[in-house]
Amino acid sequence: MRSSKPCIAVLTALLSPALMFGGTISGKVTYTGTPAKQKPIDMSKEPSCAKQHATPVMTEGVVTGANNALANVVVYISAGADDANAPAQAVTFTQKGCQYGPHVLPMHTGQELDVVNDDQTSHNIHPLAKVNREWNKSQPPGTPPIKDKWDQPEFIEVKCNIHPWMHGWFVVLKTNHYAVTGDNGSFTLPNLPPGKYTVTAWHEPDAKQTQEVTITGNETKSLDFSFALKPY
Amino acid sequence: MRDTNKIRFFLATLGFAAAVSFAVAQDAPDVGPHPPAPPVLMESHIGHLVGHSQDAKTDYRRYCVGCHGELGDGNGENAVWLDPKPRNFTLATFKCRSTLTGTLPTDEDLYNSIGRGFTNSNMPIWNTLSNQQRADLVAMIKTFSPRWQKEKAGDPIKIPAEPPVTIESIAHGKALFTKLECWKCHGPQGKGDGPSAATLTDSQDQPIRPYNFAAGKDDSRFKCGSTNQDIYKIFMTGVDGTPMPSFADTIQPNDAWDLVHFLRTLQVHRHGKENDVLKAAGGKIPDYHDKSSDAPAQPNGGN
Repeated sequence: MRSSKPCIAVLTALLSPALMFGGTISGKVTYTGTPAKQKPIDMSKEPSCAKQHATPVMTEGVVTGANNALANVVVYISAGADDANAPAQAVTFTQKGCQYGPHVLPMHTGQELDVVNDDQTSHNIHPLAKVNREWNKSQPPGTPPIKDKWDQPEFIEVKCNIHPWMHGWFVVLKTNHYAVTGDNGSFTLPNLPPGKYTVTAWHEPDAKQTQEVTITGNETKSLDFSFALKPY
Repeated sequence: MRDTNKIRFFLATLGFAAAVSFAVAQDAPDVGPHPPAPPVLMESHIGHLVGHSQDAKTDYRRYCVGCHGELGDGNGENAVWLDPKPRNFTLATFKCRSTLTGTLPTDEDLYNSIGRGFTNSNMPIWNTLSNQQRADLVAMIKTFSPRWQKEKAGDPIKIPAEPPVTIESIAHGKALFTKLECWKCHGPQGKGDGPSAATLTDSQDQPIRPYNFAAGKDDSRFKCGSTNQDIYKIFMTGVDGTPMPSFADTIQPNDAWDLVHFLRTLQVHRHGKENDVLKAAGGKIPDYHDKSSDAPAQPNGGN
């Protein structure tokens, strides 16, 4: 009978992680001011991409939703959570219809990154890294994914020089506790053990805010961020 | 016994004193000028030449600092007047490499760049400096970015022996030029007027032009050397810091030679074996029909 106790403990841990890591930080990212007006992209120089879009694709420098919600904000634990190892599974950055999916891709340092070309045209993937190593590779259609990983935390702008409207971000973090806001601006950072955390919200190109949160147990702490946007 | 106790007491006191003085030193207010950071000493190795960064100080201050700046960040006092901008050595990103994109160049790559200068820029050919002076300057360049202390230079790419130029190799090169969409920037005739050409910027957001193969009579305008091997290297390793990507993952070594042969024919005014072969074939590049499986089947069979 004594030996069954650890088994139950393990089972409990496996079945209900919420009991072990109760803390959750969730909230909403909004904006004040006037967001920069996004423009329709003219893809006529690349017909194989243009025909994939019924309506013109808009630039994604600022993406907003109803009630002043701000999308594409990366919310992450910048201090307090242990620097967990990179997950074994890769993150994927897809080029489709001459657009990046997703526009903002967070990943852990050392995590494998797969860059996939689903288009019928060549792209060049040019991450403009400054802390990490800048590189620039061509990827013709039908070629295998380009695999890479980043050693240092950094917000890396990604460009395709052949299709200058293609623009995205690799967000390399030292944590696995991150979320990217969607059109409703909301985010959730679950599975946080008790402790004091610094939560950072980042929006391209270089807007950053931080707040401190203390998690004491099985609770959900609410946390909101607001970015002041300028129309230019 | 008493003696050992004395010694123990003495050592303990000494340790305590050391700890206190260390703590005091840590808490000392931050006043006065800081002593200069200990200089990073670097070496370079080019063949039998060994360069030493500390020996390049005078030359760097005399010849380089005006554009590349004291900190090597490309912000020398002349920089505002220059286009293209002087290289920022603190980023350790270099155009002319024999190594893969994203890796550090070899010492020899940097040495050759100094000796060759950069066409269409204010970087002259430093043939007034001795080989030793240039080697020392290479070592100096390596002091400006910590990457040189943490990483080794990349391995130079392997270049197989150049096969003979034939009209077939030129035709295959042309097919690659089309398929790999080199023309998107360089233009169908290699005049640097492709559909994306006008939008290009380098990694510092400065406008930059794709290479115009057709202009000029000779090879002097190639930035990273003008031999066939140099051209092979340029597109395989990419020109880091610019829109020109690396094709090392996508072009097979012998295919790369075919592309070199075709690129030479874009230099329409150049006298060389490639244009001779083209002329002998009637001046027209025939259509290329791929016999391998990766080409889509031609519905009408071609010829």
